[in-house]
Formats: sequence, structure tokens, C-alpha cells
Amino acid sequence: MHEFALAQAVIDAALQAAEQAGIRHISKIVVGIGELQQIERESFEFALREVMPRSEPALAQAELFIETEAASFRCRLCEHGFDLATARLSHADDEAEAVHFIPELAHAFVRCPRCQSPDFEVVAGRGVTLQSVEGDS
Amino acid sequence: MISHITNRLSDLRLAGIERRLRQVRRIVAVTGGKGGIGKSSIASVLALVMAERGWRTGLLDLDVTAPTDHVILGLDGCRPTEEFGLQPPEVHGIQFMSVSQFTGEHPAPLRGADVTNVIIELLAVTCWRELDMLVIDMPPGLGDASLDMARLLPRAEYLVVAGASRIVLETVRRTLGLLAELRVPIAGILENMAQEQSGAVEHAARQFGVPFLGAVPFDLHLEDATGDVVRLSRTAVAQALRRVREDLFFKQR
Repeated sequence: MHEFALAQAVIDAALQAAEQAGIRHISKIVVGIGELQQIERESFEFALREVMPRSEPALAQAELFIETEAASFRCRLCEHGFDLATARLSHADDEAEAVHFIPELAHAFVRCPRCQSPDFEVVAGRGVTLQSVEGDS
Repeated sequence: MISHITNRLSDLRLAGIERRLRQVRRIVAVTGGKGGIGKSSIASVLALVMAERGWRTGLLDLDVTAPTDHVILGLDGCRPTEEFGLQPPEVHGIQFMSVSQFTGEHPAPLRGADVTNVIIELLAVTCWRELDMLVIDMPPGLGDASLDMARLLPRAEYLVVAGASRIVLETVRRTLGLLAELRVPIAGILENMAQEQSGAVEHAARQFGVPFLGAVPFDLHLEDATGDVVRLSRTAVAQALRRVREDLFFKQR
């Protein structure tokens, strides 16, 4: 159900961005899903459709596009770059759930595969982002 | 015809934060400056005292790298449930949220930008139910959490915990200076671990032009009561917090 909260946030942010850019009729919303947050794409798509207020004139013709972004990490100590598979984030419920809600909590569970440092950077694929909003005025 | 494309978009989580807190009447951030001044104990026992008064109370531990409120209140093992976000568990009449509910005993080393992300995420995902007061336990210092709170929750009032030491008061002075610059409301100064009637904190409050809320005595029994809410509610700390002036702090707004 967290997907509903994220979907609501996407729609709120898209409407806000459209208003700021002078867009009255949104034609396209592009949403990014970062691999680290492990959002279920199908649930998210369903949630986006459910929370989209079609009665809102700005959204009447809006099409949604979802792009996924692979997670990548870089160790600040040894500069080793690694991906989610090598990060070996446990799929034990607790760890996966923590990172699903708060991606930065990966710092509690992931260590650099080369030097075991906890001081790494999430370079890409952190969470849900609103990539772009297109439309006409 | 497409006439506009916007791809420099603000953080989508920010739009939802006030929606999550719309049922919260007052937000009180317990802050101080120096570590070790007793912010977490004051925040936790304050939440207990509020709940005891029949106020619908929430407690958010925002000391994300060193959370301890769950230890003070004996809330190990309680977890949020998932429904349109995270529903904080309600224990001892307090809706409670902390990253400790996810990280357990694992250390979570976080740099500044990561701390900001955790704070935004916690605020954007937690569905606080109806509350008269949400108490926020702030981390020490004037870093990311202070700046983020002022940016994200400008209506939060600050309760500044101080001690009658020149070292502490020096930090309190800086803290109050920053809060004034950020133009956020200050609920007042509370003296903690008071051992004698020096009046130094009350005097400082007058100098700084903020309300003095009272003094909480140094309590040898607080350590033994840690983790046990029944014993905590009998401590001199709880008794002192019950005496905080109604007209200055406990008035329903």
C-alpha cells in the first residue's frame, strides 16, 4: 500500500509542476522508479491509475510512462563501484522493508563488497522521481 | 501541440508532507544544541505526561543515527503497519515513530544529504492519526535536521533544553540565534538536570527574551526507570514536566 502514497505524491507533484510551468492540459507524465526502493511496478501502475483524479481537467488527457533506473553504488573509501546484486541486500523481510520505505537505510545493511566499508554513495536508482511533465497551455 | 516540457522538478515527496500532518494540531520539537543535555529523556517523558493528561500524543525520534526513545520508553519490537504509507504503532497512548523500528541494533551511518533524505522520507510516509501534539526529538547540533525541520515544518514550535552550565548556555545562545533567524516559533527554555537553584537558565531565558518553562531536577532514579513507563511516570522528571506552566505550554491551541 506504500505504492499508493508514492502514487499520490507523484500526482500532487505533477500538478504542482504543471501549474508552475503554465501547463493547463498535461499530455505526458514520466515517472522514474529507482531499483533500490524495490517498488512493485504493477502495484505502482495500478496505484497511479487509481489516484489520478480524472475529474481534474489538467489530467484528463494525461498519459503515464514509467522508466526504471538500475541502482548503483560507489564506495567512498576504496572507490569501488557496485550494483544491487553485489550489494547483497538481504531479502529478509526486515531489511527489504526498511529500504523500501527509507532507501537510505541501506546504509544499515549494505557494505562495500570490496573493502566492507559502510561509507558508500547511492549514485543512481534510489527511489521514485518525477522525471518530466509535458502539456500545453 | 506540446508547448511546455518541464523536467527540473522539485522533490515529489515534499508536496505530501503537510497532508500527512494535517490531523496534527501542534508540533513541538525538543532541541538543545549540545549532546547529553537530556533531549531524548525530556521528549520521551513529555510525550508520556501529555498522553497521561488525555492529549492525543505522538513521538517522532528524529535523531536518525542515534535513536534512543524506544529504549527510554521500552518500545523495542513495536513496528508500524503499512496502509497508504506507514501507520505508527500506538503504545502507552503514544503514536511512535523511529528509524529504530527498521534498523534494530544495526548502526546506520549517514552523511548530511542522507540524513535529509531520511527525514523527508519519514515525514512523507508516516500517516499520523489525529493528534493534539506531536513531540519531535531532535538530534544535537545545528545541522541538517534543524535546517530541514525549519524548511519542511515551519509551524513546529521549539522547546529548548538547557542546563546551568556556561558551556551549555553558550550553545543554547547559538541555537536560539539560529531559530530566530529561521523565524520559527520558540515555545520556551526548559532547564534540565537542575541541581541547585542557581537561576542561571531562568536569567538566560530573560536575556534571550524567551519564556522560561521550568526546571527539571537531576534525578538519580531516572536510569533505573529507563524502559519502564510506570516507573518513568513516577520520576522527579515526570513530576517536574507535569508542573510546566499551563499558560505557557500546555494550553490547547
